[in-house]
Amino acid sequence: MNKRTHAIAAIAACVAMSGCATSQPSNPKDPWEGFNRAMFQINDALDTVVIRPAAVVYDNVLPSPVKTGVGNFFSNLGDLGNAANNLLQGKPQAALNDLVRFAFNSTWGLLGVLDVASEAGLPKHNEDFGQTLAVWGVGDGPYLVLPLFGGHNLRDTAALPVDYYSDPTTYVEGDAAKYSFKAAEIVVKRAELLPADRATEGQIIDKYAQMRDVYFQRREYQIYDGNPPIKYEDFDGNGASNGGTH
Amino acid sequence: MKQTMMWRWLAACLALLALTWGAALRAEPKAPDVLVKEISDEVIEQLKQHPIKTDADMNEWLAYVEQRVLPHFDFERMTMLAVGQPWRQATPEQRKRLTQEFKTLLVRTYANALREYRDEKLEFKPLRMAPGDKTVRVSSMVIRPGSEPIAIDYVMELKNDGWKVFDVVVAGVSLVTSYRSTFGQEIQAKGIDGLIQTLAEKNARGETMPADTAKQG
Repeated sequence: MNKRTHAIAAIAACVAMSGCATSQPSNPKDPWEGFNRAMFQINDALDTVVIRPAAVVYDNVLPSPVKTGVGNFFSNLGDLGNAANNLLQGKPQAALNDLVRFAFNSTWGLLGVLDVASEAGLPKHNEDFGQTLAVWGVGDGPYLVLPLFGGHNLRDTAALPVDYYSDPTTYVEGDAAKYSFKAAEIVVKRAELLPADRATEGQIIDKYAQMRDVYFQRREYQIYDGNPPIKYEDFDGNGASNGGTH
Repeated sequence: MKQTMMWRWLAACLALLALTWGAALRAEPKAPDVLVKEISDEVIEQLKQHPIKTDADMNEWLAYVEQRVLPHFDFERMTMLAVGQPWRQATPEQRKRLTQEFKTLLVRTYANALREYRDEKLEFKPLRMAPGDKTVRVSSMVIRPGSEPIAIDYVMELKNDGWKVFDVVVAGVSLVTSYRSTFGQEIQAKGIDGLIQTLAEKNARGETMPADTAKQG
């Protein structure tokens, strides 16, 4: 067997194994778990081999103020999309907040490198078109792990192109420059997740299931702008000992 | 005769004192937001003076956390919420062991997270709580320059001995309920004892610090 058939056999084995392991989906929102797990393994391998090492180098080499500046720069570009989505969600005040942030940080903040707006009391928001669709009443649909882009529900998957075209780096002239920007953005965002990686290292039973559930909870939280309705059930079979919890 | 009278009188006094004391304690448990803020401040101060760099530091920290922080957590309730439905079928012994292992896992995660502390600022939002509420959510924000603030919410319940944390929600993700489907999967495949064993193995392996964190700091 040559190398290519080895690789194909390995992928086939992955798919087959995950297919067997998941005859019963562990989450009703994840009916395509077998396929998703296979795709997740490919993405995870890519992360381990390429993206995470790049993020670790970035994180270790650059001094903190530089990283802060780079993070701010990309964050500032994102404020335009935040403004548009807040407007589409019927939150004109939040949209205005984001526009003023962009105006402030792009000028006084030296092209966004300094986040002067946060210090002036204009908070950073986090919106995307998937959240806008949710606010408009579009249901979430099944969970789907995409190559490179990772796990999303169908609604967020459909929203991805809109986010892509509302990201200013998409309009950078010249392919080399444009894709350098995109790659840098991925590395910078990945570096921000390194502390969380380290805190949970070696303690996760099933990374795929955990990341999927974290995604579900996080999206719920974002859609409700930080105030999701949360209920805590009681599995004690004896409500009295846990009274007053609902 | 006289002596017995005096003893009785003294005993009555003591009993009365104990009663009023108990009542005072029960009437005014420390407000939940005050409690969380005090402990957070104390932990941050401690971190500044004793940063975690070696395995020995880590062990000292675990002892400190056990003594100062953990008494304010309700680990049994946390474990119940993480396990979900199968908790009903678990025997008292299984519940005890599950709680022990999950507690170890959470404490390890917490200590690892503390290692990542640089000099982020902590801000507390005003507490929204009606008189008589037995469950509250204390909201705080970790402010990091250059990125979106991270919300950390402590969900607490009033128990006989004060407010106890039973969930910590970081950026919208519950440290407790986000374990539910992984745990459920494990129980479905290997039973409750299987989950206990898996957790125990993870905990045993996590006793030394992860390799690539050593150069951090």
